[in-house]
Amino acid sequence: MEILEDKPGKQILLLGNEAITRGAIEAGIDVATTYPGTPSSEIADTFSLIARSFTKQNKDPGFYFEYSTNEKVALEVAGAASISGLRSLTCMKHVGLNVASDTFMTYMYIGTRGGHVIVSADDPSCHSSQNEQDNRYFALFGGAPMLEPSTPQEAKEMTRIGFDISEELKSPILLRTTTRLNHVRGAITLEKIKKPRKKGDFEKNPMWVTTPAIARARHPELLKMLENAEKISEKTKFNKILKIGKESDWGIITSGVSFNYVKEAVEDLKIDVKILKLGMTHPLPKKMCIDFIKSCKNIIIVEELEPILENQIKQMAYELGCKINIFGKSTGHFSRLFEYNPDIVITAFCKIFKKKSLIKKPKDSKIKLPSRPPALCPGCPHRATYYAAKKAQPKSVIYPTDIGCYTLGRAKPLEMADLLLCMGSNAGTACGLAVATGSKIISFMGDSTFFHSGIPPIINAVHHNHDVVITVLDNRTTAMTGHQPHPGTDFDGMGRPAKKILVEDVVKGCGIKHIEITDPDNIKETTEAFKRALEFKGPSVVISKSPCIILENRDKRKQGEEIPIYEIDQEKCRRCKTCIGRFGCPALYFGEDESVNIDPQQCNGCGHCALICPFGAIHKKEVKK
Amino acid sequence: MKRKINIVLAGVGGQGVITAANILGKAAVKAKVNVFVSEVHGMAQRGGAVNCTVRLGNVSGPLVPTGSADAIVSLEPSEVLRNINLSNKETKIITDITPVIPFTVSTGEDEYPNIDAIFKEISSYSKLYKIDATKIAKDAGAIITKNIVMLGALAALNILPFKKEILLETILENVPSKFKEVNKKAFDGGFKSVKQ
Repeated sequence: MEILEDKPGKQILLLGNEAITRGAIEAGIDVATTYPGTPSSEIADTFSLIARSFTKQNKDPGFYFEYSTNEKVALEVAGAASISGLRSLTCMKHVGLNVASDTFMTYMYIGTRGGHVIVSADDPSCHSSQNEQDNRYFALFGGAPMLEPSTPQEAKEMTRIGFDISEELKSPILLRTTTRLNHVRGAITLEKIKKPRKKGDFEKNPMWVTTPAIARARHPELLKMLENAEKISEKTKFNKILKIGKESDWGIITSGVSFNYVKEAVEDLKIDVKILKLGMTHPLPKKMCIDFIKSCKNIIIVEELEPILENQIKQMAYELGCKINIFGKSTGHFSRLFEYNPDIVITAFCKIFKKKSLIKKPKDSKIKLPSRPPALCPGCPHRATYYAAKKAQPKSVIYPTDIGCYTLGRAKPLEMADLLLCMGSNAGTACGLAVATGSKIISFMGDSTFFHSGIPPIINAVHHNHDVVITVLDNRTTAMTGHQPHPGTDFDGMGRPAKKILVEDVVKGCGIKHIEITDPDNIKETTEAFKRALEFKGPSVVISKSPCIILENRDKRKQGEEIPIYEIDQEKCRRCKTCIGRFGCPALYFGEDESVNIDPQQCNGCGHCALICPFGAIHKKEVKK
Repeated sequence: MKRKINIVLAGVGGQGVITAANILGKAAVKAKVNVFVSEVHGMAQRGGAVNCTVRLGNVSGPLVPTGSADAIVSLEPSEVLRNINLSNKETKIITDITPVIPFTVSTGEDEYPNIDAIFKEISSYSKLYKIDATKIAKDAGAIITKNIVMLGALAALNILPFKKEILLETILENVPSKFKEVNKKAFDGGFKSVKQ
């Protein structure tokens, strides 16, 4: 594997996320944990890929890796390993840190021994998220030292050196990334790989037990740690000043991917300026910032999302009594919304420096393009479950949903998603909707989500006897984020056999009295299962079990099994549009003569359309190669 | 390298756009040219519009400013127009001629535009190279090599700052040995379709 090559100086192309994994490996990582979530997933998937390849050869990869049940558990597993002196990494998407925040906030009080890098992958513009929260606030909130890379090379270096910083400060640190770093490829230069420590030792000490008295003793220690962190921030190579063009009293302060846009924009616009490029953004290098402020008459602050640098720089300028112009979000030159790009930065600079814009007027196409929203795949078992649930109770049902592929059931023609907040929220909001409206409720969550945070609201529904139908869409994988294993699969992230936990066993243990286990490939029976669950007074659970079609077909191909495709008998078809208009499989389309057809390239051979066709016009065709 | 070269790769999820962008990036590293590649993951993957940008030379990040693409390489005709704001009158545009109809057309929410109107529109802005990549890939032996056909076509435009052999070498390094011949044919087929 190229990513494991111990060839210092060699350059390879890596995804930002892979670069973080490589950085951890160079630092001698011992324990890595995660719960998958875009845009963070490939960090952990790369650990998993490495671990599985070693497991296959009966070898030890040198580190332990797991896909934990959720982000909080992931942080606790790696945190305890780090407290025991091992080097650990925990990665998650930004909203994952909300789940882990209870652990995070107090972990910052007690600190750690082995280096611990916590990666938060933020998602400005919500490319694949339910919000665009700025997790730099978590660094300020919890008191965590924070690094913010601009490029894959920096991501690798900050991870590698981050472990040293963490150990020097005896504190976990935050590596805050954004989608445009996680999912960008760039050249990285390999460094030597350190040997892992492998075995930790836990030193018993009352300081690890955060009783109120200990917490009161630890809080001043946390503040002291931040003073030391500031000293590191003053001298780290990650904070630096770049001079572009001639000497100037204009300064730009920036961090993360915004730096890339800033650098190119000032070069292209030929602006004389100095740039304070901040890589360690908490705590800020106060002295460095103050010297920079003093050397400028005008400062532009460029940062995506919240005005975190801007507010701190303003505070410093105020304390200095410095009369300088600060351009940023508060002056309306930059937005608090969405991710930045070269156009946004160039446009703002042109306004500030009164320059003619370099941006060419975009072509204005008169042709209206069809949208291509993401959709449930052809053959997805969730579509069949949704169709069956809709058939069971067509009117006035409220459908709370959850985070995963099945959120896509919101789209036409299914429209099976009415309320969504976050991981696990389906069942909790189901209880509230039942109390408030008295309507029939059918909620939906995936199997991985069930284990992540779906269980406590089920217990709540049982204890308070809420009249809800909670559906677990059990496709035996964490599909949306790239098919990671979870507690319901019989193998783990290192490719080793693992105890498979059945959803039905758990819900039975939670006290659910009415459990329906159904196979959505049998749409009729699944409809009956929903009907029975709806008739039951009190909480019921429907477990709809069928593997993700992508995985199922992948396995079939591996075993040389044939995947059928379906076709429409145009003689029998009456154009009733049930298959397209109500079921909505993307493999179906209207021909130019208004006939309904199945695209053989897209058909995954599930046969659901044949089951729902009222005229028996759909049947299996030849074998797909 | 002082210059910046901006390449946009477009298509629909599942067509191999990300793979093509990744190979282009690896070829650049091999040729010791500075490179950044942006990708689309997650929600947009299946059936969604995919756009990857590859920037080479004196660049700091992967995103292409409006109107500054040197080339747009699209595996689907209408996806060129989705990225047309990145083009200017010097931009070279290569597209496969086979449309992929989105399901929003089936459900009646959208219409797929007339294909000749799409080509006419593109030609009115920029230099358009229409190629039947689907056929070239089929002739090479595997329809999934359509993305490699497009890389071959890109190599014929004389805008890459390295030799086409480096790109081909990188492709062959990144496919299983039993598919090397098919990919080589696909690449050559794509190259010839532009360079006649």
